[in-house]
Amino acid sequence: VLLAIVVFPAIWVLFIASGTSFGPAIDDPKDFLITLLNGLTAAALYFVVASGFTLIFGLMRVVNMAHGAFFLLGGYVALRTQRNMVGGDVGLGLSSAQVSLAQWVVPALAGVAVVAGAGLLMQQLFLRWTQGQDLRQALITIAISIILADQMLAHYGGVAQDISWPGTFDKFVNLHVEGIQYTMTRLVILGFGLVIGALLWFWLQKTRSGMVIRAGVDDRDMVSAMGINIQLTFAIAFVIGSALAGFGGVIGGSFASLAPGVDANWLLNSLVVVIIGGMGSLAGAAIGSLLLGLTTNFAAAYLPANYTFYAIIFTFVLLAIVLAVRPLGLYGRPA
Amino acid sequence: MSSARGSRLSADRIAGGIFVVLALFAPLIFSEYWVATLLTQMLFLGIVAASLIFLSAYGGMVSLAQVSIYGVAGFALGNLTTNGNTKGMNLGWAEAPGIVVALIVALLVAFVFGALANRSYGIYFLMITLVFSVIANLFFGQVTSVSGFGGISGIPIPDFLSRTAHPDRLYFVTLAVALLVYALLRYVARTPFGLTLQGIRDDPVRMSSLGYNVTLHRTLAFAFAGLIAAVGGILFVWWNAQIAPSTIGLNATIDVLVIAVIGGLYRLEGAWLGALVFVLINNYAQDIDLVSERFHTLIGVIFLVIVLVSPNGLIGLWERITAGPRRELPLDITQERGSAEPTPAG
Repeated sequence: VLLAIVVFPAIWVLFIASGTSFGPAIDDPKDFLITLLNGLTAAALYFVVASGFTLIFGLMRVVNMAHGAFFLLGGYVALRTQRNMVGGDVGLGLSSAQVSLAQWVVPALAGVAVVAGAGLLMQQLFLRWTQGQDLRQALITIAISIILADQMLAHYGGVAQDISWPGTFDKFVNLHVEGIQYTMTRLVILGFGLVIGALLWFWLQKTRSGMVIRAGVDDRDMVSAMGINIQLTFAIAFVIGSALAGFGGVIGGSFASLAPGVDANWLLNSLVVVIIGGMGSLAGAAIGSLLLGLTTNFAAAYLPANYTFYAIIFTFVLLAIVLAVRPLGLYGRPA
Repeated sequence: MSSARGSRLSADRIAGGIFVVLALFAPLIFSEYWVATLLTQMLFLGIVAASLIFLSAYGGMVSLAQVSIYGVAGFALGNLTTNGNTKGMNLGWAEAPGIVVALIVALLVAFVFGALANRSYGIYFLMITLVFSVIANLFFGQVTSVSGFGGISGIPIPDFLSRTAHPDRLYFVTLAVALLVYALLRYVARTPFGLTLQGIRDDPVRMSSLGYNVTLHRTLAFAFAGLIAAVGGILFVWWNAQIAPSTIGLNATIDVLVIAVIGGLYRLEGAWLGALVFVLINNYAQDIDLVSERFHTLIGVIFLVIVLVSPNGLIGLWERITAGPRRELPLDITQERGSAEPTPAG
């Protein structure tokens, strides 16, 4: 049965794909490649956000339900900073020609810094002394996400807005494959995903503080007993994890837009990615992001035109298959 | 000790009795707006929250999917019984078969959700059910053949219940259903099935070793609670006459969680107590200048304070006040089992 579930969509996409907007991949490799690239770039963004979620969960067993709200907060802070920096009459929004590279990077850093601070504050105020009561901590972060979402609605309004990419990124590049002209912004996102993945991998595998974190994931009490300041490690992990949500918000706000409700979608994305990949595992987050990104993009592109609404069901099916086979996720281990 | 416990029990009974009597005579005491709007809403929200508390208290499963199942029932009823003038399938069925089929559909969805989540414990279960909830919301938002973004409106209510026939009838029916649900949940908790469920809550590995089918019990409990939530969904649709994806969105999911937590996650009575508090705040916060627009901030702050100060909710406070030996039932009843291994394969 599992084989059929994997093989049938592959055959469908490659050879049949009747009634879809693209047609089968062998007839139309260009659209197939574009869909593939779209899936990969979406996966890169999923990974940036979900890796922060999984880092926090892996070390502290904290399900940060405010992760989506942090995503949105990072985006909004960057948006405001950018509008202030560019100045002038914003009107319906900035166009990329008005924005220099620095006017994207500085707001991005501002967004990341604010969210990292918010994460640290939340951890120190509410989570530090409730350590080990994981359900209570999840409820605390839900409460914080309600408050944050409502306050953001009050301060930034309910209209969708977006951060403008700098002119440097906002163009098409020729990939010299099948003559595809692809947007550079998506490639930039892919680059961010790869760089952040590499940095996280290097940090966790090759540095001392990363080793402490990995040890903490395996046995918190033992690490503490060895004389290592585990509270400091927790704080670091929370700052980095929140910062990743904030950075994801900046990218997401540039790539799509920021509006109330976006926080819920990104919380969902992060949850799906880590449930598929296995909670607390960086490799799991990478695999989960890939599966989710490819599934959603291929489902949207290769369902018959009248049925593209049903793409959401494929997310559910993906989740159902993984849970049926491995309840702890692909890379999950019992805590 | 035993006398202290006895006094607490009788204090419970007296308080519960007062509530029921007040509820029965509510139409004589309160205004029509109170009864037809606030109290009816309190009762069906309480039913949904009770299904969550049942799972949490007796099964150790804190589910965020109750609102999505309630939505499935509501949307199914909407699709089946509307006739022509709205979104959805407009099948134009009569009320009675519509209700039965809507409940069956919701039960099946709950069974599938339960079957998928049955090997997850603690916060994993919380997360997976949250994902179910958001997916259900997106499904109804995107699939225009059953609903679409605007939802279904003009869902008919049986004639004898409509507000034009008599303003209080829907209230009394909801009250009767709520009392029935309460009695049924209490009864099920005492059946062999309920006792097994509580054993699984406390130690799934041991229950599995004793030969009980742990995953099946958890799935069935989830499906049963889903049915209860679905009943709440039907009442909601009658009360509201319409249902839209936004009414079963993340906000609604969290509202029901807030109700259950404010009331207390480990006693069924907490569901209606929490719902009462929630509905009153919802209604009266509009009149306070400072919070009128920022209702959800207020709810969030109250929720945060409850979780920080009295993790067992108002029922927990009540039990502390009515003294007696304090029951050691921390909120995190699932904590020790969060790491429990799934049952052996096979």
